Amino acid sequence: MSLAVKSKIVVFVLAMLVWLALTGLGRQEIISGFVVALLVSTMAGQFLITTHKQKHLLHRWLYAVLYFFKFLWEMIKANVHVAYIVLHPLVPIKPGIVKIKTNLHKDAAITVLTNSITLTPGTLTVDVNEEKKEIYVHWIDVKATGIEECTKEIGARFESVLREVFE
Amino acid sequence: MRLFRWMIGVVLLAVFCYFNFFVYTGQIYFKLINVILVSALFVLFRVIFGPSPADRIVAVDILGVLIVGMLALLGLQYDQGFLLDIGLIWALLSFIASLAFAKILEGRSLDD
Amino acid sequence: MIREMVGMAFIFIGITFDFFGVLGLVRLPDVYNRLQAATKCVTFGSAGILFGAFILQGFNSFGFKALIGIAFIFLTSPVAAHAISRAAHRARIPLAKETIVDEYEKDKELKEQTT
Repeated sequence: MSLAVKSKIVVFVLAMLVWLALTGLGRQEIISGFVVALLVSTMAGQFLITTHKQKHLLHRWLYAVLYFFKFLWEMIKANVHVAYIVLHPLVPIKPGIVKIKTNLHKDAAITVLTNSITLTPGTLTVDVNEEKKEIYVHWIDVKATGIEECTKEIGARFESVLREVFE
Repeated sequence: MRLFRWMIGVVLLAVFCYFNFFVYTGQIYFKLINVILVSALFVLFRVIFGPSPADRIVAVDILGVLIVGMLALLGLQYDQGFLLDIGLIWALLSFIASLAFAKILEGRSLDD
Repeated sequence: MIREMVGMAFIFIGITFDFFGVLGLVRLPDVYNRLQAATKCVTFGSAGILFGAFILQGFNSFGFKALIGIAFIFLTSPVAAHAISRAAHRARIPLAKETIVDEYEKDKELKEQTT
């Protein structure tokens, strides 16, 4: 079975499950959802899975759950930090745009990393340089300006877990 | 001066919370929806008086996500599921609209 | 009974953070800081409200719609913030005067010189 066919089957099953969760079980819903999911998966289904898997599936899912809880904790910290800044009478900020490096290779991994950086304390992804593997980050409370220190401060807390999940 | 403005803001917030939660007698969901409507007023302030175009785009993007929460509360109040459908579609359209606005702001046209 | 209390607690936390995010949108000085505060707090707040609705309603159609809404907000909101911030920087909208470092501007000038 080639990779594109496998990806299309996965997209079809996911679309069908989401549709059934949204509408409920009835004859009309099942028929119309089947037709639309078939259409979508044949037209745009080959982009979801693009590489063969390398590690065991259970290993990846365990690390994904670990990543989820880590992300949730960082996000709560981020919200408390923003609430402190906003409620303080003098608005104590020290913003700047810094540059960090990443070692991830897959597009999906870099996307998840940048989304996580946007939702964690004080940082916002501005742009990604794909050839040199660098991410430009707007930081609301700059503690360091060198590229190594910034990488250690911002990107390292997610990268080790994401490497286990995606690569 | 800045401290003075901050104190005025705190007093106004306290007055709003008192009138909303203790004077106004209504369902608890309507009290919560009032808080979101006041937040939407702040967002509209940023839409109208934003100094640069990017500020207005940010405000419109944020308004879309606020409305989803408000529609969820309305759906809980009236026990109707279709209001959440409206919220999902609203979030989708607001996301695509922000991407299109960002592309126009960057100086590219929509078809490249 | 205890389910309703937990659900209402999630809804209260969500609305509080919604309000803080919008307050940040009004108080902070430039586009990028506003984008940070608003995106983080409003995403978390709306997700909190939807999760509270899921707890109050249980596993019926309403609850599943709330869960799909949470996943959708978490996927789309950072992407929109990233697109807006990049477009704002390329449209030369100035940063606040408190800004102490801007690596992106340096690299952009360097890129334009070489090409």
